[in-house]
Amino acid sequence: MPLQFTFDHLFGGKNLSGNALVSIVSAGMSKFGRREGLYGRELFVEAASEAFERCPNLDPQKDIKAAFIGMMGESFEHQGHTGPTILDWIGLLPTQAFRTEGACGSSATAIRCGIFAVLSNLADVVLVGGVEKMTHRATADVTEYLAMACDFPFEQWNGLTFPGLFAMVATAHMHKYGTTEEQLASVAVKNHHHGCMNPKAHMQKEITLEKALSSRVVAWPLKLYDCSLITDGASCLILTKPELARKFTDTPVHIIGSGQASDTIGLYERRELTSLKVGKLAAKEAYRMAGLDSLDIDVAEVHDCFTIAEIVAYEDLGFCKQGEGGRFVEEGQSQIGGKVAVCTSGGLKSKGHPVGATGAAQAYEIFLQLTEQAGKRQVKGAEVGLTHNVGGLGATGVVNVYSRG
Amino acid sequence: MAETSIPFTIEGFYKFIQNGQLMGAVCNKCGKLSLPPKPICTKCLSRDLKWKELPQQGKLLTYTIIHISPKQFQSMTPYVVGIVQLGDGAQLPGMIRDIDLDNVKIGMNLTMEFEKEIISKDWPQWPRYYFKPI
Repeated sequence: MPLQFTFDHLFGGKNLSGNALVSIVSAGMSKFGRREGLYGRELFVEAASEAFERCPNLDPQKDIKAAFIGMMGESFEHQGHTGPTILDWIGLLPTQAFRTEGACGSSATAIRCGIFAVLSNLADVVLVGGVEKMTHRATADVTEYLAMACDFPFEQWNGLTFPGLFAMVATAHMHKYGTTEEQLASVAVKNHHHGCMNPKAHMQKEITLEKALSSRVVAWPLKLYDCSLITDGASCLILTKPELARKFTDTPVHIIGSGQASDTIGLYERRELTSLKVGKLAAKEAYRMAGLDSLDIDVAEVHDCFTIAEIVAYEDLGFCKQGEGGRFVEEGQSQIGGKVAVCTSGGLKSKGHPVGATGAAQAYEIFLQLTEQAGKRQVKGAEVGLTHNVGGLGATGVVNVYSRG
Repeated sequence: MAETSIPFTIEGFYKFIQNGQLMGAVCNKCGKLSLPPKPICTKCLSRDLKWKELPQQGKLLTYTIIHISPKQFQSMTPYVVGIVQLGDGAQLPGMIRDIDLDNVKIGMNLTMEFEKEIISKDWPQWPRYYFKPI
């Protein structure tokens, strides 16, 4: 049984009745970017050694009983069998290793597996994370490898790409709700602004609305600056039982709610083209478990693989009403200092999107925010965080809710 | 085409496409239409299915114009891909050809066309279909 917490004294009397499922006692992330000359497993060493150094009370080789590593594709590095390879490179053999794959949601599913492992009592301390090495490949090849996360016989076969699929969501959203290309671009401008405050972000560069709108078309209505970056990177977390957390750190972060759902791999099989059912279902479950709702979230990392995806995420997570996501970003409600600070790390858009690493990298940012280690981009007094990680075009969706420990 | 001999598979779907037919699978138990066909009804889990020919005209639900494509489609860029709602509520993605890029509109009426020729010698040898304005 997870430990029952009473949060009232921590949250100023708010009625929070959530149980902590697991605690994050440490986290690490490699520098995201174009990391020439490094293999994915070597990038993972950067993430793991940061997590180990952050937590001197942890003896990784003795304490970690299982590891779950998210990675999307073997094609990038011509390498499968990721679990034991990574564990070898970080000095954790012969610990049991598992690879999780949920396209761009691969490491969020690793976190979920870590939660299952800890709650099952089969492993008190686990390492979860993810990795992808992408930039050494030509853009056309990366486009093809990423497209493997959509349906081959109907979507890929008809020339669809990932930008193309999210572009179809954007076209439908614009048609149904009047969302504009300027509103899409506002997401990019905001996330680039946030990314400038993150020394680990791939692209630490401000952009203007005009620059975003005049960038070349990738898949109309999405332009270059509507798309996340092709990036190399790795990320990891150390999870344990809440009752053991203080053995490792004085400032753990609890995961107090978690949800995951699946949907059809093909977008074309769905009736609803302007929202992602998995995001809604996973959020509902995570909020229910945490005893919270969208109004309680101070800081969120959402899956902004494309600008439209962040707008859809606001709506699916309940930050605003259906159809109002465009206005929400345009009015500045999702920037640091707004109603809810979204993608303070710079998001997939500016921090970068090494697909397998993204889910755990989102949790890394929330860990920093809730332990007051986020530097210039720190959201003052942030108590409750959320991550929203999507695989493919919403065939996989994971939402976690976090609180200070 | 002898419908009974074709299994409810993607391969089966494309055999009909090669013959100029758009076919979905209907569950004999609950009536759910599956496009693409799946060997089991995903609503009631029955495997008692039958083929049903579907109308080849429909309306465009959403679309994109792809400028950056995988290598095999590079000679065609920019090209339009959309999701089309056909009769009985079935939906399929497909390229929209024979149209000026500025004239593509959500809600427009489209009809299905079939390429008879199989391009690839390797797997997969699925024939291609596409949509064009009526």
